Amino acid sequence: MPKLILIALIAGLPNLLSAGVPDARDYSGPAWSPYLVGALIGVLAWFTFAISDKPIGASSAYASAAGLLGKLFARKHTESLNYYKDNPPKLDWELLFVGSAILGAFIAALTGGEITNRTLPPFWEERFGTGSVALRVGIGFLGGVLMALGARIAGGCTSGHGISGTLQLNVASWIAVICIFAGGALLANLIYRL
Amino acid sequence: MNTDAASQQAEASRAKKLTYAVVFGLIFGFLLQKGGVGKFHILIGQLLFQDWTVIKVMVSAIVVGMLGVFALNAMGKVKLHIKNTRLGANIIGGLIFGFGFALIGYCPGTTAAALGQGNWDALFGIVGLMAGSYLYAELSGWLKNTVETWGDKGKVLLPDLVHIRRGTFIAGFAAFLVLALIVLERFTFR
Repeated sequence: MPKLILIALIAGLPNLLSAGVPDARDYSGPAWSPYLVGALIGVLAWFTFAISDKPIGASSAYASAAGLLGKLFARKHTESLNYYKDNPPKLDWELLFVGSAILGAFIAALTGGEITNRTLPPFWEERFGTGSVALRVGIGFLGGVLMALGARIAGGCTSGHGISGTLQLNVASWIAVICIFAGGALLANLIYRL
Repeated sequence: MNTDAASQQAEASRAKKLTYAVVFGLIFGFLLQKGGVGKFHILIGQLLFQDWTVIKVMVSAIVVGMLGVFALNAMGKVKLHIKNTRLGANIIGGLIFGFGFALIGYCPGTTAAALGQGNWDALFGIVGLMAGSYLYAELSGWLKNTVETWGDKGKVLLPDLVHIRRGTFIAGFAAFLVLALIVLERFTFR
C-alpha cells in the first residue's frame, strides 16, 4: 500500500509542480504542418536571395519606419544619428516585405478561419486575468523596445539571424539565436511558472 | 534626354525590386500564419518547452534554405550575405532580444503575422519595436565603439570553425538537423 501511494505521488509530481501553469498544448496548433511551412520558408529564401539579393529579415523594417517617423518630427537630429547615417531611412525592401507580411497573414487567417480579433491572447488571460489590458500594453511595448534594441545590437532577429543567417551557417547567427532562446526561455519560465 | 531615359530605367528597376518585396512579404506572412507562429501561445509555448512548433519551422527552413542557397551560390547564382561575428554584440544583443521576446511573446516577424490574424496586442509591440529602434539609433555612436567592437572575428562560417570542407559540412549538418527533427517529432506532443 505505501508503495502504491509512493508511485501515485511520483506520477503526480509533475502535475503538482505545474499546477496553475497555463499549457500551450491546451490551445490550437498550427493550421499546416510546421515541417511543410518551414520547408516552404526555406524555398522562399532561395527566391529572395536569387531575385532580390536579400536575406529574409524583419527587424530592420521597424528601424526604417522609426527613422521615417523621426525625420518627420526631427529631421536634422534623426539624420545626425550614427545608425541612420549608415542606413538612411526610406521605404525600402525590408519595410515593404514586413508590411505586406501583415496582409499575407491576414489572408492566411481569413482563408483558414483563424481570425482572432482579440486584444488579449487567451494564454495571457489564463496567467494574468481578463482585465490585464494595461499590463499587456506596458509589457508588449517594453518587449518591443528590448527586441529592437537587442536585434540591432546583435545584427538581426529571429528572421535575419534565426533563419537567414543560420541557413548560411554564419557563426554570428548561431550564437545570436542560441542567446535569443536562452534569454527568452529563462525569462518566460520565470514569468509563467513562478 | 539620355540621362532622362537612364533615370526612368532606374526608377522602373526600383519599382520592380519593390514589387518583389511585396510578393515575397505576402508569402512570408501567409506561411508564418499557417505555421501557427502568429499565435501567442505557440511562441510562448516554445519558450516554456511545451510546444515545439517554432523550432520545427525554423529547423526545416534552415535545412531547405541551406541546401538551396549554397547550391545556388556554388553555381554563381546568388551571393551570400554574411555578417561579422561579434561575440560581445551577438551574445548581449541576443540575450536582450530574448528577454523582450519572453515579455511580448512575439518576435519582429511574427508580430506582423499576429497583427494580420487579428491579435491587436501586436500593435503595442510594433510601437515598442519602433521606439526601441530609435533608441538604438540614439545610442549607435557609442555602441559602435564599445559593445560592437568586442570579440570581432570577421566573417566566419561554421565549417571554418571545424576546418571541414564546406560541401562535406553541409551534407553532414543537413543530416544532423533532419535527425534532430525526427527526434523532436518522436518525443514532443507538438
